[in-house]
Amino acid sequence: MSALFLARLQFAFTICFHFIFPAMTLGTTLIILISETLYVLKKDHTYKQITDFWVKLLGLIFVVGAATGIVMEFSFGTNWSAYSRTAGDIFGPILAAEGIIAFFLESVFLGVLLFARNRVSSGVYWLSALLVFIGGHLSAFWIVVANSWMQTPAGYVIGEGGKIILGNFFDAVFNPSTVVRYVHTIFASWVTCSVMLAGIAGYYVRKGLHGETARTMLKIGIILFAFTPLLQLGAGHAHAVKVINLQPEKAAALEGHFSTMKGAPIYALGYVDEGNRKTYGVYIPKGLSFLYNLDWNSEIKGLNDFPQEDWPPVNFVFQVYHIMVGAGVLMIVFGLLGGYFLWTKKIDDNRWYLALLPLMIPLPHIAHETGWMSAEVGRQPWIIYKLMKTGHAVSVVVTPGEILFSLIMFFLLYLLLAVIFVKIFIKIVQKGPAVS
Amino acid sequence: MENIQTYQELWFVLILIFLMGYSLLDGFDLGIGILFPFLGRTGEEKDILIGSIGPVWDGNEVWIIAGGAALFAAFPHAYATAFSGFYLAMMVVLFALIFRAVSMEFRAHDQARASIWEKAFVAGSALATLLFGVALGNVVYGVPLDDKMEYAGTFLTLLRPVPLLFGITGFAAVALQGATYAVLKTEGRLRERAFHAVSILMWMNLITVLVFFLAIVLHFQDIATNWLFYLAVLFTLLWLSAIFFSVKHRHDSAPFWESSFAFIGLWFVTALIHFPNLIKATDHQRLSLTIYNSSAGLDTLKLISVIALVGMPLVVTYTFFVYRIFKGKTKSAGHYG
Repeated sequence: MSALFLARLQFAFTICFHFIFPAMTLGTTLIILISETLYVLKKDHTYKQITDFWVKLLGLIFVVGAATGIVMEFSFGTNWSAYSRTAGDIFGPILAAEGIIAFFLESVFLGVLLFARNRVSSGVYWLSALLVFIGGHLSAFWIVVANSWMQTPAGYVIGEGGKIILGNFFDAVFNPSTVVRYVHTIFASWVTCSVMLAGIAGYYVRKGLHGETARTMLKIGIILFAFTPLLQLGAGHAHAVKVINLQPEKAAALEGHFSTMKGAPIYALGYVDEGNRKTYGVYIPKGLSFLYNLDWNSEIKGLNDFPQEDWPPVNFVFQVYHIMVGAGVLMIVFGLLGGYFLWTKKIDDNRWYLALLPLMIPLPHIAHETGWMSAEVGRQPWIIYKLMKTGHAVSVVVTPGEILFSLIMFFLLYLLLAVIFVKIFIKIVQKGPAVS
Repeated sequence: MENIQTYQELWFVLILIFLMGYSLLDGFDLGIGILFPFLGRTGEEKDILIGSIGPVWDGNEVWIIAGGAALFAAFPHAYATAFSGFYLAMMVVLFALIFRAVSMEFRAHDQARASIWEKAFVAGSALATLLFGVALGNVVYGVPLDDKMEYAGTFLTLLRPVPLLFGITGFAAVALQGATYAVLKTEGRLRERAFHAVSILMWMNLITVLVFFLAIVLHFQDIATNWLFYLAVLFTLLWLSAIFFSVKHRHDSAPFWESSFAFIGLWFVTALIHFPNLIKATDHQRLSLTIYNSSAGLDTLKLISVIALVGMPLVVTYTFFVYRIFKGKTKSAGHYG
């Protein structure tokens, strides 16, 4: 196995594992901000219990996210040093801004949330909840900027020896895909925690645990679950349209679309035969043209228009992309159904729905993991789209043996973290918010 | 200021400040980790020790995260060379930091295995501390570099005596930071034990820094004619000795400040011998990575100067505010309880 392959595998594994936690962190800070705001406004003890319960979970989620996040920051130097030398002038400041402007804020005030409930006034505590929310969302912004810049680079100048030099930082930050990707990512984490909140509360209510507190949690959870997947539908659609404009061969791969044509079909399910350049499956005629351009007969570029060496692995990205879309559709349906039950006060009559809610907790994770796979594998072979190939980005001096060693270590270590995390998470949930 | 050299030198100082901030702040919580088995005898004492750093260690660790990113932004070649060159050592640092971070949280919830997580906390703290010092020692002492700025040594190259001496010196300084912080945050028998640890560690630090200074004078002969070096040495030794009197008078906060200032003295010494190098080459000085040949372009340096010079005073201000919230003796494990 080559160093390049192993380095890619290690990045893929460590980033997939890491992302689970920030996705939960951001949504959790939203839940905490909502319940703490309601507590300050209504002075109802129920909301305080909800905040305290989620703060406990946040402590656990955050620490795993932070610990596995340092790995990502180091990885550009350890495994992608050629990339760091070439793009450091733009990529470095983005990561530095993340640390200085955002991650400090989130981490420092997290200490207040976790440890200072009884040391500060309710106003300062609320402010800390707000600052952790802002810090987390700013941190996500800068990380998404870093990724978006690699997908749709802007604000740069090519200097001597192919070195990428800063042109205009504002253009680099607000490159064409930043805003839409950021909104899509933030909504993903809000959906993640809506489902988590509704799932945990659904379990309590079905078992008759934690009384009014559980009911209030369920109400907030269902309201969020009813509308966040819908917001995500809008953001996801906007993102897809951006991709077809900015990275047409990636969009074509995601849809398994080979020949440029007017009135292109869209596949709901299927299989891509890359060798014969054909896609088989269930499709809606002219659907792709309509979705992307709101015109059934518009022209959509196909993969055949691009040199094959610039294609990503087509069937792989087709499949993961469709898993994401499928999971999203499921969540929209169940979220709206929950909203309907809540609206008509029938949620108690539908115990099957309450039983189903906790089982849905992994669904948003499946969606965001496969979504990121679509985005990242879909842009291959480029590490910086049309500027630098992934094959040229890997560290020169690191041997395959060394990467294999670290990869095995990460695998074992993260397996341990995952097992203990799930165990403790379930334990905290079973203990539940204290009923006084 | 249009001159790139000014910005390169400014960023040498700013990276130094990030590393200093990290060593003083995360230094005391790493130090608590190292001394944990010696200071915490009962379950309650262990809870108090971990509770004393619980609210702040996250924020402290951001100093190395932001510092690493700042190094990446200001001197991408130094970041690329060191992180890829010291690959296995960096991986061990990462594993140590991960274990240490999760161990505090896991210990609180996974009581059946609390003693395993405590061992992970201690081992992770000790290993990360030692390796940070050894890594710094290597870039200061010099490593084999080729003419493409790439590391040309092996893992074993990193374990030469002088870099190891850096590691031991840093380890002792961090342990002292932890012991003096324990004095500040604890009461009763635990505080007495912390005082005892401070006095032992003060003597150990006096020995390690003297050997360290001696090794430096022998190896870096240019420094012997620089009066600033002697000033920094004197500064370090005076603050270390002052701890002796503070311990005698059982002063709560003075030892922590004295330990911190002594640590700053060590950083001054290191900066004096290192400037303007970032990664020194063993064979030819022309192969060294300096602030002049491995920095980002002028526009990038200007940009990050604005980010850092506006952002960091804010960070320091709210960090100060949050430390005030947790002022006083730690009574329990808090969130970890």
